[in-house]
Amino acid sequence: MKDPATSRLPVYAAVVCTVALCPAPAHAHLNSTGMGPIYDGIAHFLMSPEDLVPVIALALFTGLRGASFGRRALFVLPGAWLLGGLLGLTASATNGSAVLSSIWFLLLGGLLVANARLSLRVTTTLAALLGLYHGYLNGTGMGASGSAAVALLGLVSAVFVLVALTAAFVVCLRAQWTRIAVRVVGSWIAASGLLLLGWATRKG
Amino acid sequence: MRPMQRQNVARGMIVLVLVLLWPQTASAHIQKGAAVGLLTGFLHPLSGLDHVLAMVAVGLWGAQLGSPAIWLLPVAFPLVMALGAMFGLMGVPLPGIEYGIAASAILLGAAVLFEVRPPLAMAAILVGFFAIFHGHAHGTELPPGQSALLYSMGFVIATGCLHAVGIGIGTVHRWSWGQILLRVAGAVVAMGGVFFMWKALA
Repeated sequence: MKDPATSRLPVYAAVVCTVALCPAPAHAHLNSTGMGPIYDGIAHFLMSPEDLVPVIALALFTGLRGASFGRRALFVLPGAWLLGGLLGLTASATNGSAVLSSIWFLLLGGLLVANARLSLRVTTTLAALLGLYHGYLNGTGMGASGSAAVALLGLVSAVFVLVALTAAFVVCLRAQWTRIAVRVVGSWIAASGLLLLGWATRKG
Repeated sequence: MRPMQRQNVARGMIVLVLVLLWPQTASAHIQKGAAVGLLTGFLHPLSGLDHVLAMVAVGLWGAQLGSPAIWLLPVAFPLVMALGAMFGLMGVPLPGIEYGIAASAILLGAAVLFEVRPPLAMAAILVGFFAIFHGHAHGTELPPGQSALLYSMGFVIATGCLHAVGIGIGTVHRWSWGQILLRVAGAVVAMGGVFFMWKALA
């Protein structure tokens, strides 16, 4: 007796091929769905290492310090980012300073590699300053249109998700070598910051 | 093929086709220079055997010395190397770079060969001292027109990976034959250093 699943295989294949051959609009340009700016914001954040790396560094650092630090960063950083972004939307466009970006890399990478025993209050302040600075820069680059605010929401959501995933991942690490590996990543971030500082002050 | 397997193949085919049908933007127009910057930066430390030898030797030596040197040395090297690269980018001159790089391979290789066990601070200072030469050489050779940040990140990640290779090889230190193998690897690194020193002097 034939297996029912096997006998249905040609039917499945025919259906799949029919669907595959059926032309449908790709919706690659998301203006029609209204979701474009959201994805623009997410993509902008994920494709901007000068925004992405400090967030990862802060999330790794707070995760290493413990769950309470991670929770604080999870809400303070995106909140400050949103606030900074909204302030930036009304301001004229400014370019971020490469020196300041490198200082964020150095500071957060250094704190991570040293596993610095910062208090919760100082860590909160740090997260707020990081969010305000980067949010403001993002906001000024987006202009004052309605879609810019939506893009900002997408961007802030991406920050929230990234901090949640990264900090939670590090909080769960128990083996000593894994925690050391996280600190080694901090040294790479700080080293990248030093190199970026060199680029920013490069002669010629 | 058993019925269960056939069923799994059919399900797999459906999932595959559905994934292929999922419309996505191609993102073909990436930020200009970004991917190139990361790749160029990553390949730069791998492009010179003298650099590769020294960086792998740092990992080998760290593995030989054990904790905390096994992670402290590979942390110290990229940081100080980046400092050296920063000086190079800023135009601060450093004499005898090629000699310094060759000497780093000779001395680090010799340290692995003879299983030298200095105090941790001394080992870190030695590694850091030589990292300045490597970093400065890279800093003055950085090509124009790249994304500075991505180039830097690629550069640092490649250095860290070379250390990790050294540490990975160094894990054989737990066995007696592995200890001999590591010392042989140290001798190879030192001989490579002698070759590059000879080339620098010629």
